[in-house]
Amino acid sequence: MTFSLRFRAAIVSVLIFLAFVGVWHIATRGTGAVAAMTPEYAKLMGLTATQGKSAMPGPLDVGAKLWEHLKRPFYDNGPNDKGLGIQLGYSIARVGLGYFLAVIVAIPLGFLIGMSPLINKALDPFIQILKPISPLAWMPLALYTIKDSGLSAIFVIFICSVWPMLLNTAFGVSAVRKEWINVARTLEVGAVRRAFTIILPAAAPTILTGMRISIGIAWLVIVAAEMLVGGTGIGYFVWNEWNNLSIVNVIIAILVIGVVGMLLDQILARFTRLVTFPE
Amino acid sequence: MSMTGKFISIEAIAKRYPGATGSEIAVFEDLWLSMARGEFACVIGHSGCGKTTVLNILAGLDTPSAGTVIVDGQAISGTSLDRAVIFQSHALLPWRTVLGNVSYAVTSKWRHWDRAQVKAHAQKFIDLVGLTGAEHKRPSELSGGMKQRVGIARALSITPKIMLMDEPFSALDALTRGTLQDEVRRICRDTGQTAFMITHDVDEAIYLADRIFLMTNGPGAVLAEIVENPLPKDRGRIDLHRHPHYYALRNHIIDFLVMRSKTFTSTAVDYDPRNVPAVRIGKPELMIASVSDASRDESNQASWPGLSRPSTS
Repeated sequence: MTFSLRFRAAIVSVLIFLAFVGVWHIATRGTGAVAAMTPEYAKLMGLTATQGKSAMPGPLDVGAKLWEHLKRPFYDNGPNDKGLGIQLGYSIARVGLGYFLAVIVAIPLGFLIGMSPLINKALDPFIQILKPISPLAWMPLALYTIKDSGLSAIFVIFICSVWPMLLNTAFGVSAVRKEWINVARTLEVGAVRRAFTIILPAAAPTILTGMRISIGIAWLVIVAAEMLVGGTGIGYFVWNEWNNLSIVNVIIAILVIGVVGMLLDQILARFTRLVTFPE
Repeated sequence: MSMTGKFISIEAIAKRYPGATGSEIAVFEDLWLSMARGEFACVIGHSGCGKTTVLNILAGLDTPSAGTVIVDGQAISGTSLDRAVIFQSHALLPWRTVLGNVSYAVTSKWRHWDRAQVKAHAQKFIDLVGLTGAEHKRPSELSGGMKQRVGIARALSITPKIMLMDEPFSALDALTRGTLQDEVRRICRDTGQTAFMITHDVDEAIYLADRIFLMTNGPGAVLAEIVENPLPKDRGRIDLHRHPHYYALRNHIIDFLVMRSKTFTSTAVDYDPRNVPAVRIGKPELMIASVSDASRDESNQASWPGLSRPSTS
């Protein structure tokens, strides 16, 4: 009896996961009491020194803490102790806002670049120079001019997600098949209607691919940006827990960042599938 | 043909491209061509002779370097809903259904029609090309022949004055091509459509066209001859090749394509682009079949004058 490829792959995935967790568990297992010391001294030294407990948390520690977080995602005990849900909410809101602004700018501008060879050539040197700049390099300038750390983070998201969308839109628009344009021309379709009924649907898969790359980059950058600006967000949470020496929370944050990044990517992938047409 | 009989008149058009050394290369120069209303014309010539350029100029998709095109008494400028194009590659919008593709054309022509009107009108033309039942399929779900049917329905749905066809059936298999030729012929005859078609297929031209324009090789292509189709208007595909003039006509065209299309411009002494010779097969005084072939074929000919077996196919 043979199972479907999907089912067999799922089994292998589970096995890999179990193996990883098993190795992790064994590697971080305590080694038993290592040294005898006076109780006062032992208190100072902590469990690592007295009972040979690994400094790196094991899967059970992380699992227990994660369960705690999941039970109370939205608690708020002041600036340095907020629930994981609240921190993620801040990050997602920043990414959403910066990304939304980037969409508003990049898609119309990309249309213009794709339609006009003149503008394409004229803007090309600027885009080529601005594109490779690390988004975080803008941070000081943003802080200085905007004078608000929250808005600066949004600006950094904007600037990092604008390029893939801009270039993909321009490429998608300029690569629309000549014959489709000719169909519109022979039907005397006006410029605006042509843009919305021919160019937009024809370029939509390419544009959405750019948007998908952008959301991935934005989610990468927000963690670093929030480490810099501080205050709230999942990036701040990671750095704060590092300062607290809570490796358990750092690991949980890493896990959660991965899961949210995957969800954002999947949402965009679904939109891409919606606008993709078979030829 | 009298001046008033000219529904389409191509007058002294040229198309030149900048050459490598700063000079200009002319695909064709001083081309004159006219068609009557309701006429079906085919252009035959080798690749690179500028057939497609002529069609694109007629469609308004391309502009001539010199000369004008007059349709129905008016010089054309740009594209028009009066001149529908059936593209070789069918050029359907893949994100729209069959109905969506035809409706797109319908709404382009009648912008204020409501949804029901557009749908009813589009449906009429989908039915006409035999695609009833496939309205909601996307182009990717259709065979090549069905796609081209949609292209034909889209072109007809705007009730154009002229249909321009750029090798519409060349990408189809022989059987499908035959059926679609039948349908295009039926539709054009029923609606009195004026049609201008580019083809590589001699039999297609003989079956469909009232007149066949023969073009020489480019660059510097000229319209060498206008062959008038001697076959009866109500010809059928089945017995086309049994008509007494069929082989003479076919051989004349093939001889032109094989030999004279290369040498015509250097050998024709008093060629006048405004007065291209009209060839009527079957009238011996106007036969321009190559002499050597004619004398050789004399021996194995049947009873009809000007008839010979196909030397090429």
